[in-house]
Amino acid sequence: MRSKREWRRRGETKFLVIPSAARNLLLCFANDERPTTNDDFMTDFSIIGKSIAMVDAAGKTTGSGKYTDDLSVPGMLIGKILHSPYPHARIKRIDTSRAEKLDGVVTVVVGSDAPNPYGILPVGHDEYALALDKVRYVGDNVACVAAVDEFTAERALELIDVEYELLPAYFDPEDSMKAETNLIHDNKPNNIEKDYHHVFGDPEKGFAEADRIAEARFIANEVTHAAMEPHSTLAAFEIDPQTGNPGRLIVQSSTQVPYYLQHKLSLVLEMQMSQIRVIKPLVGGGFGGKSEVIPLEIIAAIAARKAKAPVKITYTREEVFWAHRGRPRTIVDLKTGVKNDGSITAVKARVVQDGGAYCSYGVVTILYSGALLGALYDIPNIQYDGYRVLTNKPVCGAMRGHGTVNVRFAFETQLDELAAAIGMDPAEIRQHNLLKPPCVTVNGLRVQSYGLPECIEKVVERSGWRQRKGKMPRGRGLGVACSHYVSGAANSIIRSDMPHSTVNIKIDRDGGVVVYTGASDIGQGSDTMVAQITAETLGCTIARVRVIAADTDLTPIDIGSYSSRVTFMNGNATLRAAQDVKKQIATAAARKMNCEPGDLIFRSDVVSKKNGLQGPRGDGRPRPSGQAEPGSASPSVSGHVEGQILRGSLQQKRKDEGPKEQLSFEEAVVAAIDFHGALSGTGSYAPPLDARGGKHKGAGVGPSPAYSYSAQVAEVSVDEETGEVTVHKVWASHDCGRALNPVSVEGQIIGSVWMGMGQALTEEMVWKDGMLMNPGLLEYRSPSSVESPEVEAIIVESIDPEGPFGAKECSEGSLAATIPAISNAIYDAVGVRLHECPFTPERVLAALRAKNNAKRINLTEGVDPTSPARFREHGGSLWYRGKGPERHPLDPSRTETPAAVAGDD
Amino acid sequence: MKKELIELRVNGRSHEIAIEPSKLLLDALRQDLDLTGSKRGCDDSSCGACTVQVDGTPMLSCTMLAASCEGQEITTVEGVSEHGSLAAIQKAYGDWGGSQCGYCTPGFMMTVRHLLSQNPNPTEAEIRGGLSSNLCRCTGYSQMYQAIKAAIDAEQKGMAASR
Repeated sequence: MRSKREWRRRGETKFLVIPSAARNLLLCFANDERPTTNDDFMTDFSIIGKSIAMVDAAGKTTGSGKYTDDLSVPGMLIGKILHSPYPHARIKRIDTSRAEKLDGVVTVVVGSDAPNPYGILPVGHDEYALALDKVRYVGDNVACVAAVDEFTAERALELIDVEYELLPAYFDPEDSMKAETNLIHDNKPNNIEKDYHHVFGDPEKGFAEADRIAEARFIANEVTHAAMEPHSTLAAFEIDPQTGNPGRLIVQSSTQVPYYLQHKLSLVLEMQMSQIRVIKPLVGGGFGGKSEVIPLEIIAAIAARKAKAPVKITYTREEVFWAHRGRPRTIVDLKTGVKNDGSITAVKARVVQDGGAYCSYGVVTILYSGALLGALYDIPNIQYDGYRVLTNKPVCGAMRGHGTVNVRFAFETQLDELAAAIGMDPAEIRQHNLLKPPCVTVNGLRVQSYGLPECIEKVVERSGWRQRKGKMPRGRGLGVACSHYVSGAANSIIRSDMPHSTVNIKIDRDGGVVVYTGASDIGQGSDTMVAQITAETLGCTIARVRVIAADTDLTPIDIGSYSSRVTFMNGNATLRAAQDVKKQIATAAARKMNCEPGDLIFRSDVVSKKNGLQGPRGDGRPRPSGQAEPGSASPSVSGHVEGQILRGSLQQKRKDEGPKEQLSFEEAVVAAIDFHGALSGTGSYAPPLDARGGKHKGAGVGPSPAYSYSAQVAEVSVDEETGEVTVHKVWASHDCGRALNPVSVEGQIIGSVWMGMGQALTEEMVWKDGMLMNPGLLEYRSPSSVESPEVEAIIVESIDPEGPFGAKECSEGSLAATIPAISNAIYDAVGVRLHECPFTPERVLAALRAKNNAKRINLTEGVDPTSPARFREHGGSLWYRGKGPERHPLDPSRTETPAAVAGDD
Repeated sequence: MKKELIELRVNGRSHEIAIEPSKLLLDALRQDLDLTGSKRGCDDSSCGACTVQVDGTPMLSCTMLAASCEGQEITTVEGVSEHGSLAAIQKAYGDWGGSQCGYCTPGFMMTVRHLLSQNPNPTEAEIRGGLSSNLCRCTGYSQMYQAIKAAIDAEQKGMAASR
């Protein structure tokens, strides 16, 4: 928690929701009085809960921090990849001879140079680094040239002759599901990667009990991460001194998952994992786009092996769009029933995801879409039918809010419609359907800490919901929505009993603390989180802590930065490692101080006795990191030469002094090393068994040791002439368990809301015959600063019983609520329901027109938000090739006036 | 293509480098001078991560020729820190979460420095307008405004103290 003064300094007030146990302590804070320190009952922290700059911030603001593309090694070649120009074709012949003859070209690699399949999921090994016999999307990888410079490599690409035999291609998932021949993968009938059919409770009975039922089709178009740093990999082989031949492979790469990369490289290159070292330099954003092995990472290694020289490949921005792995276009047919009192009785969802050409994380995505229907509200009956479909487009994978976002958009919008139908306030219907934790949901998700009630209260209060909702001028409105997300998956994608995170800590005589963690900082601040937890636990300043992260040679296994797992899992492992080493220091310090180890307090670089509370304790207010409390600096032993060398006389000196009342951190460390020998600690984390979910097929995805919660209110205005939607402000409250570094937590919340707003209003991948029409940041319409609203981040702390210091995730859960909050606000503003995002001006206008032409209004009225056909000829649209509106029986607009909409003016 | 010798003045120092006339300023900085602070985020002057100042004006180094900058004073992010310490804006970006993954940060540093040199006390609308040349995918820009305001405060306090 942050002190009141600190909040004031930042010129804002925040809400902290803290369980009653800690409330007294908070009150003490409010009075600027120091609560009694109790090391075991840790609520008074010196570092946790304080906003600090990230430990790597200076490298980022000065430009000295190195990202992968900033690295170079002597003799390094530049690799360039030849991509397929066709969405679906058989490769009949590849001739690289002309390219190889070009001066400056060192080697050209093709699929047969590494013919082993791989994929991030054990069930989805369907990719080849370079195409073997077939290309499956425009941008698929065909060959790679390694040359002395980029210019030469690009010229050589033009000299590679490839003969293709074109095959019929599938761009729309519902067309693709009907395919019998020319399948994208021969072992996937009907181009269905995976389908799941889950029934929990008794949905039919639930719908029978409902007073109101809403049923509609929702579409969320495809979006991508577009992290600012294009993917980059530098691969080099070391010469083995014993054999004199190339030996170990060193790969530096922009990855969120160094250990999965090491594993897949080992698979494809047929090398032992121990012979591969993966290092993650600074990563310029991931959002899921670097959470699996991206083709260039393996291609660079293959090229380096064949070229016998280091090879670096960096994607162009267009290649980043082709590499993709973003959020699939999702068609959600959703049916929800409620009673007149607002209770949800049943939910039925049929979800079709346009997964692109390979499996990637697809099986997990389609499972998350169903599983995360649960654990937000109390829903007794759920039916879920999910289809992950292959199409001839770049591959979809995991993206921030993996699997939940598009279904949450549909659900929260439909809940809003139902609230309107039964005449209930939208915020109230959500409050009416809260879970009663601790509980296990109908689909087997264990919920312990649950800050959603507070989240809703806070945003309702802060946005002036009760005073302003429904009373704003026409064209301006408020909308509310909620969301949640996992704090890491309780089941690893590689089935094994290994801990999900392990952390080692080493402390030496200089009092420096080195933490070895596999956590991959991709800009979210995990290195800082690790440093904070270590320093808080050991009671030392953060300046003592050095974090060595994400280097498979040095750091123990952590399965990566995805599914918002790092703070919860790596944080817990760090906490345990620090406690392990602290115990050793305490044993030695207790001997010196003539007391029990349990009577010691470690804080602000001083080890002191619990009861006596002697010695300077400062004025009770936390200090900025890196500064000890005044008066706490006692003479340092290891700082003096005699402390290191003249141990005999030092021991005599200590004997003369007798037991000490307190030790400096360094003295305590030196005492511990003298007593134990080397000082190191280790900790690991594996999710508890009872959090790992049910037994049904697909039950492994969705369970998490803890869920984060978010509620949001968006204020928008809609220009009814142009259809343009402007978001003025978003109030976003997020239950992150405990905010370890509030400034970072707020940054993650704001960033999530902002990315959700992008998907809600502008961002969309536009396709034409499998070709991406907007592979640039401006064309893709990533919002700039002038298009970005003020976001008020409100931290809610529910103190999770299993999280490190009570912390849960804060980086993804807020994204999903933003889209429905905006769509609900649009309804409040102008009275149209938008069922397809992004809510571009043309869709808003089409919906407004449809509404004005509508002859009847009922709950399931499908206001078709799709735009006039001439704007929307790409494969993604319902109107594609004129067969859109007839396509689905649930789409009521097919019997209404789509032609009028399409043909208007 | 045959290389030519040009002289680039970067961050107050002159460098003689032999480059192809077609070489972009960003590549010359990153490859020939090893100033890798300026980043390539796109290839079409969309993102602003490569922003440097040329004679005090923010320019996109990914779409200008190095050879065209002869005789001009180029400032990159490496030239922003003062006497080995962080400039106020750099410190504030760290403290206030203006930088998350940090890839866009060098470009923002150059843009913000220019903005503040033109307008020492910008309104929030002016800051938003001023930053619109650069894209960020992490922060939603909100914390950058706080950082910029904090940096202005710090600068003013520092100036007041030295008086």
